[in-house]
Amino acid sequence: MRQKLCNLALFAGGVALSSALWAASATPEVLSYTCNGCHGTGGNSAGLSNPSIAGVPAKYFENAMKEFKSGTRPSTIMGRLAKGYSDEEVKLMADYFAAQKIVRTKQAVDAKKVAQGKKLHQKNCEMCHQKDGRQSGAGGVLAGQWKEYLQVTFNEYRSGKRNMPKMMAQRMEGLSDAEVEALTHFYASQQ
Amino acid sequence: MPMNRRNFIKLVGVATGVGLVGVPYISSAAEIMPNKGRRVVVVGGGSGGAIVAKYLRMADPSIEVVLIEREKNYIACPLSNLVLAGLRTLEENTITLGGLAAKHGIKLVYDDVTAVDPVAKQVMVSAGAISYDRLVLSPGVDYRFEEIEGYDMAKTPEIMPHAWKAGPQTLLLKNQLAQMKDGGTVVMTIPQAPYRCPPGPYERISMIALYLQRNKPKSKIIVWDANETIVAKAALFKKGWAKHYGYDDKDSTKGIIEYHGNSKLAKVDVAAMTVDNGVEMLKGDVINVIPPQRASAIAQQAGAVNPDKRWCPVNQITFESTLVKDIHVIGDACIAGALPKSTYAANSEAKVCALNIARAMNGKELIAPSHVNVCYSYLTDKEAVSVSGIYKEAEGKTIAIPNSGGLSPDLSELEAVYARSWMQNILAEMTT
Ligand SMILES: Cc1cc2nc3c(=O)[nH]c(=O)nc-3n(C[C@H](O)[C@H](O)[C@H](O)COP(=O)(O)OP(=O)(O)OC[C@H]3O[C@@H](n4cnc5c(N)ncnc54)[C@H](O)[C@@H]3O)c2cc1C
Ligand code: HEC
Ligand code: HEC
Repeated sequence: MRQKLCNLALFAGGVALSSALWAASATPEVLSYTCNGCHGTGGNSAGLSNPSIAGVPAKYFENAMKEFKSGTRPSTIMGRLAKGYSDEEVKLMADYFAAQKIVRTKQAVDAKKVAQGKKLHQKNCEMCHQKDGRQSGAGGVLAGQWKEYLQVTFNEYRSGKRNMPKMMAQRMEGLSDAEVEALTHFYASQQ
Repeated sequence: MPMNRRNFIKLVGVATGVGLVGVPYISSAAEIMPNKGRRVVVVGGGSGGAIVAKYLRMADPSIEVVLIEREKNYIACPLSNLVLAGLRTLEENTITLGGLAAKHGIKLVYDDVTAVDPVAKQVMVSAGAISYDRLVLSPGVDYRFEEIEGYDMAKTPEIMPHAWKAGPQTLLLKNQLAQMKDGGTVVMTIPQAPYRCPPGPYERISMIALYLQRNKPKSKIIVWDANETIVAKAALFKKGWAKHYGYDDKDSTKGIIEYHGNSKLAKVDVAAMTVDNGVEMLKGDVINVIPPQRASAIAQQAGAVNPDKRWCPVNQITFESTLVKDIHVIGDACIAGALPKSTYAANSEAKVCALNIARAMNGKELIAPSHVNVCYSYLTDKEAVSVSGIYKEAEGKTIAIPNSGGLSPDLSELEAVYARSWMQNILAEMTT
């Protein structure tokens, strides 16, 4: 573990100091806690458009940070932030958030749209976003994600700003705006 | 470095007890909460204080945490400028700490801390004394009124509101704008940095301009900035002002916003409704004087403020005062290198401070800090911009990590949406 000596000068100057002299390298907590201000304590966002990142598979998380960093994935803020972390640090945070328990908040949804979204999901998306969007190795967590975030995300996908896997693109292709909205209601309704 | 950590601490232990010169000794009052175990007392339940209390309990629930706050309702400053333009209410910015305290087992005391005794290790509240093993101060800012001639600490803000603590002052300024005649002049003065929230004054200019444009189109806002130029996000603010409010950088008398840098307020006259910078005098119908600032009074009283009577120097790993032992200072009151005085920075500092206090109290190695800061500013009701940074400690200083963070590339409608979501999360962090 990396150690360093700090404030020697202050000590030499005779100022009373506590044990604040040595620091080990950053831990998963100290890195990840800084994200909570936007993503919620433990990665469970209080809404409305900031995504929850609790319980997100580490592989998806690391890939997202990599794409934010390179600019492959569009972002308002994450691109600038991701540049401040090494791959190692991202891995520590990915593992930390993957281990956090997901807390799904009740959102305002339209029951009709939820029902329509459920059908669309089962037909087109369940194969990769299993258990109604709860489980997916490479595809993140959709169940309980904030509706506003999902809407922004779909806009990015459909305008070609964010890349989707080929198979997902094929499934998305024929969907109307109303159908996409129905999907956001369905995922948002999951508790 | 042959010297090991244990030896070093021993050495420092010998040195402790010095460095308290100049701190007034206060005779001990009756202890109202006998300290049976290990206790951290936190003064101020705002952006920094609420978070340090919560994360200390998360880090080690065997540490007793007493949080002392004088106000029953905390009114957060971020987005309070939007209230001036009628885009938000102060109720949306108001939180209480009861839920946080109950959830995390924090002992919440509503009282005013009137003194700190660093020798007896006690703080004084109206009912008596509360002792601590470690004390964290996150008391925010007070004003250096004395630097403005003619400024009466009590009376002037009632006529020329600062509105730099969200609450009645914000509403007073809003009402003054509402009552101003169309064709009136709003005057704003900005103090020299550092002050709380570097982009805050410029967001406020934007919000007042928006209000005037919509409601009093013959009016304008004239700004005297003690700084050479716009302190934060300068290019983005100028771009937004030009796009929406007719601002012309070459001749700023043209649009709704007339901006003057290098113009430091020297004197106010509340009867004549004028401000004076030593060169010229300006009359306003509404005058928003944002006074120069310093660490809040209790930090001064504790002996944690630099000899220039402004801010508190702290160790950048633990946020312990370099002037007074066992007292940590976070938030606006402390000097945190490249980190600005913002809610996000206070939130970030609080977590590093909590983690390292818990480590120190358990005899564990300290952790190298990692901080984030993001500040959003609205230019209109629909567009916002942000500044961001990731920070670490290097050779005793907090520095921004190069080639990361920075400014929004342009005004953004999506950022205006995310800014509200940020606020929702930052308040949720303080209440759950
Ligand atoms: C107009 C405006 C807009 C802003 N916008 C943003 C923004 O968009 N984003 C951002 O990140 N930041 C913003 N800020 C800055 C932000 O409000 C401050 O940086 C932040 O509140 C600092 O946190 P703090 O804990 O140091 O102080 P505060 O949050 O002010 O908390 C201090 C608390 O201590 C209490 N207290 C003080 N002394 C005592 C005592 N002796 N006894 C008991 N209690 C005491 C006070 O009552 C108060 O509740 C803005 C500020 C202003 C004025
Ligand atoms: C200022 C608020 C803010 C901060 C701080 C922040 N984020 Fe984000 N995060 C966002 C927003 C907004 C998005 C959506 C993409 C965008 O516009 O930047 C996002 C998206 C993400 C995503 C993608 C989620 C998904 O489902 O695809 C991940 C992963 C992420 N952030 C991780 C982090 C980590 C790790 C940190 C801390 C180092 C962090 N964020 C700090 C606001 C923030
Ligand atoms: C072939 C597998 C596959 C199919 C089919 C698929 N997806 Fe995906 N999905 C993925 C992968 C992989 C990602 C991650 C892509 C990335 O990292 O940008 C993803 C990402 C997403 C995201 C972004 C999650 C986030 O947090 O930002 C959404 C939303 C989404 N998919 C919705 C859908 C919907 C709706 C359907 C059906 C219409 C669908 N997907 C079909 C594999 C699939």
